[in-house]
Amino acid sequence: MNGVRELTILQVALAYVFVLIVLAIVRARGIRREKEILLASVRMTIQLVLVGYLLVYVFENPNPFITVGIIILMEVFAVFTVFRKFKGRLSGALKRVIAVSISSGTLLCLFYFLLVVVRISPWYDPQYFIPIAGMIVGNSMTGISLGVKSLTDGMTVQKASVEEALILGAAPQEAVRDILNTTFDSAIMPTINSMLGMGIVFLPGMMTGQILSGTLPTTAIAYQIAIMLGIFGSVALCVILTIQLGIRTFFNKEQQLR
Amino acid sequence: MFRFDSVTFLDILRVPSLTIESGRITSLLGASGSGKTTLLRMLNKMVSPTLGEIFYKDRPLREIDSVLHRREVLMLSQTPVMFEGSVRDNLLAGLRFRKEVYPEDAVLSAMLERVRLDKPLSEPVEKLSGGEKQRLALGRVLLLDAPVYLMDEPSSSLDEDTATAVIDRITACVREKNKTLVLVTHSGAVANKYSDDIVEIRNKVAERRGV
Ligand SMILES: Nc1ncnc2c1ncn2[C@@H]1O[C@H](COP(=O)(O)OP(=O)(O)O)[C@@H](O)[C@H]1O
Ligand SMILES: [Mg+2]
Repeated sequence: MNGVRELTILQVALAYVFVLIVLAIVRARGIRREKEILLASVRMTIQLVLVGYLLVYVFENPNPFITVGIIILMEVFAVFTVFRKFKGRLSGALKRVIAVSISSGTLLCLFYFLLVVVRISPWYDPQYFIPIAGMIVGNSMTGISLGVKSLTDGMTVQKASVEEALILGAAPQEAVRDILNTTFDSAIMPTINSMLGMGIVFLPGMMTGQILSGTLPTTAIAYQIAIMLGIFGSVALCVILTIQLGIRTFFNKEQQLR
Repeated sequence: MFRFDSVTFLDILRVPSLTIESGRITSLLGASGSGKTTLLRMLNKMVSPTLGEIFYKDRPLREIDSVLHRREVLMLSQTPVMFEGSVRDNLLAGLRFRKEVYPEDAVLSAMLERVRLDKPLSEPVEKLSGGEKQRLALGRVLLLDAPVYLMDEPSSSLDEDTATAVIDRITACVREKNKTLVLVTHSGAVANKYSDDIVEIRNKVAERRGV
């Protein structure tokens, strides 16, 4: 394989032509989105440049505390992103469930993936740890968001049926069975669909990145398969934890709806 | 069967002292919004009193498992809630939730006949009218065997003839099998005609009244 073809600043700047074209189109059509487009492009650039320098520093100075610090930051960010999305609609108990589910589900899968599957050494090697943690946490966060949405919607829309089931003598788990199945389905389907389409409909970002930077496609694919399974496992585990623990927050200990 | 001891539910209802006897039909009378449904829901533990204690067979309700209690003290809700599916699915819903064996179709058809619902078992429930749903919900409850039945205005959306026929059959069946029934109604005539005891809610207080 060839080595990596470095992009100069000028070349990157040339890519901004795409933004200019879109800006010209929206301006001509009178769609008032210039500010948002500019802001998004500039923010993306600045954020990635900063992260780039940060990662260079972190990779050159591997340190377990920095790695652990970064993963904690990622978890906190993921948890608060979900909270923000459902502002004012989550009970305190459900928030605790979300925080516990995201962190325990992703950490379990992350460490299994890094230490048992990839077997990195040292265990905190940031070059592997950070990007893989990012993918696992990011995807799990999306799955949990979808799950929480479906769960809270289901418990609102179908409240009367759940209550009627309780009246007829159903245990709470039995009364909410349909809602839980729908929730699991809607939270896990995007991940399943992306596995189905992978390699045919699209080439996943991580693999594309590795190939562009000179890795053999077969090596990149081996990683992609492994990481995809890791992501799948983590999403499923996080969603199951959220559902099973989360549904309890809708009932009190006398098996009545709150 | 039930004994209330200084019970309060939020600021909605007070039941200072009340007993509901076993093997009898008790009517619960009161204006709309007076707390009849709330009182019924305390009996089957769908809600619990804010203060005070309710005893069932001399045991405090809060010590009794809620799910098992609801299977023994079976309530027919005021508004019929249907589950997705057919008339048959809805008749069988209670048995499904309790994981009990399903009876033959002949038993189900006989039940439809008993609650005066002339529909095939395979009919989707969306097509039923309000009154038909109410009778289906009644059939669903009567298919389950329980020592105590709580019925919340079982005839509210039925015409007078059907209402009388349905209540006649319910009460006859309760007496024949020596069950306990608490019947919510806003009709004093119904209460007088069918019940052994009458409990009335007035000014947010529930008390026994002479028949
Ligand atoms: N869990 C509850 N929290 C607050 N208010 C309630 C609750 N349950 C019922 N209520 C209120 O209590 C009043 C009595 O309701 P209900 O028992 O349904 O009356 P009834 O069945 O006699 O028409 C109503 O005003 C109702 O809105
Ligand atoms: Mg009522």
